[in-house]
Amino acid sequence: MSRLESALADLRLADTLASRDTALSRLDPRAKIVTTIAFLFAVVSYERHTVVALLPFLLYPVALASMGEVPWRWLARKLALAAPFAVLMGIANPVLDRTPMEVSQGVTMAGGWISFGSILLRFALTVTAALAVVAGTGMHALCAGLAALGTPRVFTAQLLFLWRYTFVLGGEGARMATAREARGGRGSPTLAVYGSLAGHLLLRAFERAERIYRAMLARGFDGEIRSVRTLRWSPRDTVFVAGWVAFFIAARAVYLPLVLGRLLTGFGG
Amino acid sequence: MSDHLVEAIGLSYAYPDGTTALDGASFRVAPGESVAIVGGNGAGKSTLLLMMAGLLEANAGEVRIGDVSVTPGSRDLVRRTIGFVFQDADDQLFMPTVQEDVAFGPLNLGVSAEEAASLAATALDVVGASHLADRPPYHLSGGEKRAVALAGVIAMGPNVLLLDEPTAGLDPAARRRLIKLLQAFEHTRIVATHDLDLVLDVCTRVLVMEGGRIVADGAPDAVFRDEPLLARCHLEAPLRWQG
Amino acid sequence: MHMADALLSPAVGGVMWVASAATLAVCARKVSARSEDRLVPLMGVLGAFVFAAQMINFAIPGTGSSGHLGGGLLLAILLGPSAAFLVIASVLTVQALFFADGGLLALGANLFNMGVLPCFVAYPLLYRPLAPAGSSRARVGFAAVVAAVGALLLGATGVVLQTVASGISSLPSGPFLALMLPIHLAIGLAEGLATAALVLFLAKARPDLVASPVPVRRRSLAGLAVAAALVAGVLSWFASPRPDGLEWSIAHAAGTAELKAPESGVHGSLALVQATTALLPDYDMPAAKVALEEESPWPEVNAGKSFAGLVGALATLALVVAAGFALGRRR
Repeated sequence: MSRLESALADLRLADTLASRDTALSRLDPRAKIVTTIAFLFAVVSYERHTVVALLPFLLYPVALASMGEVPWRWLARKLALAAPFAVLMGIANPVLDRTPMEVSQGVTMAGGWISFGSILLRFALTVTAALAVVAGTGMHALCAGLAALGTPRVFTAQLLFLWRYTFVLGGEGARMATAREARGGRGSPTLAVYGSLAGHLLLRAFERAERIYRAMLARGFDGEIRSVRTLRWSPRDTVFVAGWVAFFIAARAVYLPLVLGRLLTGFGG
Repeated sequence: MSDHLVEAIGLSYAYPDGTTALDGASFRVAPGESVAIVGGNGAGKSTLLLMMAGLLEANAGEVRIGDVSVTPGSRDLVRRTIGFVFQDADDQLFMPTVQEDVAFGPLNLGVSAEEAASLAATALDVVGASHLADRPPYHLSGGEKRAVALAGVIAMGPNVLLLDEPTAGLDPAARRRLIKLLQAFEHTRIVATHDLDLVLDVCTRVLVMEGGRIVADGAPDAVFRDEPLLARCHLEAPLRWQG
Repeated sequence: MHMADALLSPAVGGVMWVASAATLAVCARKVSARSEDRLVPLMGVLGAFVFAAQMINFAIPGTGSSGHLGGGLLLAILLGPSAAFLVIASVLTVQALFFADGGLLALGANLFNMGVLPCFVAYPLLYRPLAPAGSSRARVGFAAVVAAVGALLLGATGVVLQTVASGISSLPSGPFLALMLPIHLAIGLAEGLATAALVLFLAKARPDLVASPVPVRRRSLAGLAVAAALVAGVLSWFASPRPDGLEWSIAHAAGTAELKAPESGVHGSLALVQATTALLPDYDMPAAKVALEEESPWPEVNAGKSFAGLVGALATLALVVAAGFALGRRR
């Protein structure tokens, strides 16, 4: 059960991070969403054995984390928690793909190792960028941005409700499990106990939904959720989007590390 | 501010499973009056409040506000006139931030966004919660949640306030602040509660419910002296009278 | 079974995004059209429930392991497929955003595998026919298990197809499937048992809540079947020109040794499937080889170039770190 509690604590932390006033949180959520999508597509558009050419893209998550004052430890921990899947899916590459590839003067590596490295790098890039944006924006601004970009209202309302009541229902679930442990319940419950435990939680969910609905009706709810929140697009947002997209295009078009390396070593070509 | 007579006439209600919740409850509340509804668990208090707000339809009987009968057809008028503060503030506060939540009701009444924002600011000021405006509701304490829920209701400018267990789960300081607030209101107030000390502080009249019926109606000072009645209704004399 | 951004090609990620976004839009329209206001808070709270319930484990009878609820099928049973898809989509979105489960590009694939398949395939095609209104408790339980297993196996197949079609991982489809299906059979059983336990609990405690399943129209089913076929077709089209299957020539395959000494169990069958895949005609090979060479960041291996590349890589890293510090200072 500590799993549920720690997940809730995690969400709360992300929310607290997002509520601070930072250079990142001041940007319009639409700017951050659009730029991050461009970033994701740029990163995944590379061929599977790409490692070095991807390195310049690290700048984006690094810049986001700095602008949003996102704690590096937090990012690293989240990355580590999510990593096993990518490792699992990539680890077969070195075994399956043994085409030799020359990495440096006289050094060859199995293509599989290179593509494995590429998977890990892609994973780190995409995950840290997404997490930094979320930690520097927050669920509410994100939903407002998504709605403004044309996401169906039903869905953004659903996201907000889910977000709000995860804290309430998650707390109830955590307390039920604590009560079970306090009375000597150890390990995972049997299916019968689970059915009753989660079942009661489900029942409470239904009852809660009914009460919320009544409370909404009492305040004039007519099917549409209105908000006084407005988004403001400023020149800063235009600069953010245009600047980064230009960088992604440049990094995709020019093999930046090689250019840099040639400048530094004097090798022409 | 309060110029509507609130009237319940022979209200009856049974749950789908057949349990009787209300059994012919009738009473009348004058404009500006502050009335408590007390009774044990399952006496029908919450059902009664839901019905008065038009959120539950009676099997028999009627609720009247002024000369309008509360029906699905008069929903618009009812929601402008009656404000309902629910027992669990978590049920009521669902918008991303306190400010947005308090503005939710006014926006539904059709006012402009600016006007709704200003109504919300005023209401938050009344309950002393202006500093919470940008916070998300789940980061608030119990007392803060209650205050914000109250603000969300008074921002709609109701004449009548229905409050379900307003002091449940509050610490003594938060409870005291809420009582002061309720005392200051000029709205018609109908409070369902187990907190008889709250009744002494806030209400001038008390209705005692038992088994879906109103079994006593009078001044709190008099009603709470009737020990056999209180015992029968699973109640106890106010704490300040004990010991 | 979350797909990850790192394993997706933009083409496959994009196709899955389009498929899931279109489903989302259709569902949003249908749910709005139902004009049941009370659905708004109910969907939200049930999403929160699924989110919480996914983190409560239970012991799987007869094994030492534990399982947990996924929720797609349960939601479809409680809310009907359209509303259920919106709810499970919101749960997966929050997980992708806050727990990096899957990633944003992979969200489309994940919505498809864990939302579209249980809500629009397993529920209407397995659960409903097996447990029509008024079924006995045993029947409901059985239907839930079968539908959950079906949904998980389909989802696992989806993951395999999307991974292979992307061609980032070298995993070939055959052995990958042979690995994924048994695992997801087990996960599906757990999911089915949890779903059955909850539906039966609710049927006993509040029969009014599960009494009225939302009817599924045949026309929308046909539409979905067409959509699913289309997605599968597009994916396999992306899959074919990729070098993956080709690298699986017998000479390179890790599985050949195992084929010569057949073993029993998963290993043996794995090798067999590997061999089968590897023997498929590789007519695309030369073209694929050329494509690979053209796209490769090491176009022609040249000592000077590689050295410069290495130095450049290190310098890039240093620059990025420096930029990070500079940006951090500036505020």
